[in-house]
Amino acid sequence: MRRRVVVTGLGTVNPLARNVADFWVAIQKGVSGVGRITAFDPAEFTTQIAAEITDWDPDEHMARKDSRRMDRSAQFFWVATQQALADAGLSYEEDSPEADRAGVLLGCGIGGLITTQTEMDVLRDRGPSRVSPLAITKIISNMAAGLVSIDFHLYGPNSCTVTACAASANAIGDATEVIRRNDADVMVAGGTEAGICEFALAGFASARAISQRNDDPQGACRPFDLDRDGFVMGEGAAALVLEEYEHAKARNAPIYAEVLGYGMSADGYHITLPRPGGRGAARAIERALADAAVEPEAIDYINAHGTSTQANDSTETAAIKTVFGEAAYRVPVSSTKSMTGHLLGGAGAIESLVCILAMRDGVAPPTINYETPDPECDLDYVPNESRELDIELTLTNSFGFGGHNAALVYGPV
Amino acid sequence: MDRPEIEAKLTDLLVEELGLEREKIKMEARFEEDLEVDSLGVVELLMALEDNFDVKIPDDEAEKITTVAEAVDVVEAKIGS
Repeated sequence: MRRRVVVTGLGTVNPLARNVADFWVAIQKGVSGVGRITAFDPAEFTTQIAAEITDWDPDEHMARKDSRRMDRSAQFFWVATQQALADAGLSYEEDSPEADRAGVLLGCGIGGLITTQTEMDVLRDRGPSRVSPLAITKIISNMAAGLVSIDFHLYGPNSCTVTACAASANAIGDATEVIRRNDADVMVAGGTEAGICEFALAGFASARAISQRNDDPQGACRPFDLDRDGFVMGEGAAALVLEEYEHAKARNAPIYAEVLGYGMSADGYHITLPRPGGRGAARAIERALADAAVEPEAIDYINAHGTSTQANDSTETAAIKTVFGEAAYRVPVSSTKSMTGHLLGGAGAIESLVCILAMRDGVAPPTINYETPDPECDLDYVPNESRELDIELTLTNSFGFGGHNAALVYGPV
Repeated sequence: MDRPEIEAKLTDLLVEELGLEREKIKMEARFEEDLEVDSLGVVELLMALEDNFDVKIPDDEAEKITTVAEAVDVVEAKIGS
């Protein structure tokens, strides 16, 4: 029989909150984390808004000699991991034999982009001899996984997925497989991103991917609304402690949910645009449902990828309808990116948190800023107000530039 | 700049640039063993020394620096020369 994988710990740092409890309160209230960019003066940019973690002081969480050697994205993941392990009641020492059975799977879209930009400036302005010896270690996407393995003594499988906005959904799915195949008993899985800098904003703006609703930051991310005009960059991290079911039971660990199914596919179509009709997305969802051995009709809530781009939201809607048929009209679908912004490599993980908490408390969180229906987006998007609902089985979708599609199914144990 | 001034400024750099705790910084402290400054940290320190004391420290001289006092020695010799 297949080894079962459950979730026993959660952690997050994101534009809405610095911990899981406050995050969940904000999500249920429909709070927007979007504002005018404070990290730099965005006046020259067509897009001047983002969902930032403002006033971030890593020294509240770790020694400065450590924080200064980490990119912002790694700091976020480090704190999320610390929270998740504490929540799970797990800690390891250097000489614990169990440490060899605990690993990490991180998803990160772009890596230490702010450091990249900073060090490129140093190279140009001050020459090669002044580029930091930490430049490379701070920019590589996988480093946060390495750092937490060092600091929290996690010596099992350790890796990083870099499938853009699907990265942390892939990380959670892949970590589930690591436990299923008995290479580990515990995996910290999640994702992180900290890319709000001039370079990324310019690049996404040139790709015509991000909202220009600068005069209404909190209304800018409006998934499935007719007047949506692009996603809003976010930043932050989320981490889940995944654990083999018997292992969790044996130590009387609190169990939030079971990871029931994981599916992935490629669009094989275009570098940024989803395939019209959503064939790739539909395959990923079908595979996740098949892996979970549940029928589409059994799903009680879908946390959509729902980026607020024209192409994603209509295509994702089509994909859901392909898989769910008539049941698509009965299942609540919401996009919490309307509040958090798009955490890119962190999206799949933070949206997994949402699914798990939605199930725990019986609340479907809303899609905020939903005002004008789009004929191509005709499902129940839980507009503007969260909804009390019996929720057992949930599905979350994540799709990344490059045509990477991933879906996860969570349910009660 | 005399030696006590170099020592004070170097101490400030270790605190501000490398994030070390001021009370741990003694002249006889060894970077690697006592202050947990690894090889990457030593390179950062060298860059900070070069920038803040306006000196050039070639790699072969830098490799010989293992304690705070030795770093002060190198800077003092450069400034004096």
